[in-house]
Amino acid sequence: MRVLVQDSPFDLAAEMTGFGGDGMGAIVTFTGVVRNNDRGDLVAMDIEHYPGMTQSALTRIATEASARWSLGDVLVIHRHGRLEPGEQIMMVATASRHRKDAFEAAEFLMDYLKSRAPFWKKEITRDSADWVAARDEDEAALGRW
Amino acid sequence: MDVLYFAWVRERIGLPREKVETDATTVAELVAELRRREERYEVAFADLSALRVAIDQELTDFDAPISGAREVAFFPPMTGG
Repeated sequence: MRVLVQDSPFDLAAEMTGFGGDGMGAIVTFTGVVRNNDRGDLVAMDIEHYPGMTQSALTRIATEASARWSLGDVLVIHRHGRLEPGEQIMMVATASRHRKDAFEAAEFLMDYLKSRAPFWKKEITRDSADWVAARDEDEAALGRW
Repeated sequence: MDVLYFAWVRERIGLPREKVETDATTVAELVAELRRREERYEVAFADLSALRVAIDQELTDFDAPISGAREVAFFPPMTGG
């Protein structure tokens, strides 16, 4: 299991080389990307985090996923700082013997990262800077686990 | 103890962290004490349903005891992912 919190970009292909090992028949990856807004004028997304807490919160979520599903490996990378539209913000990867565990664990990780990892996004446009509000459906999504 | 603020809570209060000497026994009492200080605190803590709290980097709730806490952090609901 690896959990990385960083401001630098990551390389999905490099991260996946050898991931899980040859006993695993399935790897699921999810990559989050900075999406432009509906007006198309997003300049950047500023991502703030709580340095002391971020690593431990992400590790706890990854550990929980490993306990609930049969996983050969788990990787979580989450960036912070100023990211431009189209840049990769974060990724999760899960490896398992069969695909069901990998898919479910990846969804679980994403649902918990949304609402339980101490990150806050601020949308910067040419003439505004607004904190992104948490969505009720993201909180509600935790209920299914 | 250290009191930390993140995102718009940090912006409304105007600083990321500060040392606070308090006799408060719960998070709610600490909040009440901070609100009495100055208007910027009153504004930041006006709606507790819009806030989350962590004690020593663990999420908790406003009824939680703070005796022995080294660090209390206030922030809006998280938007990771």
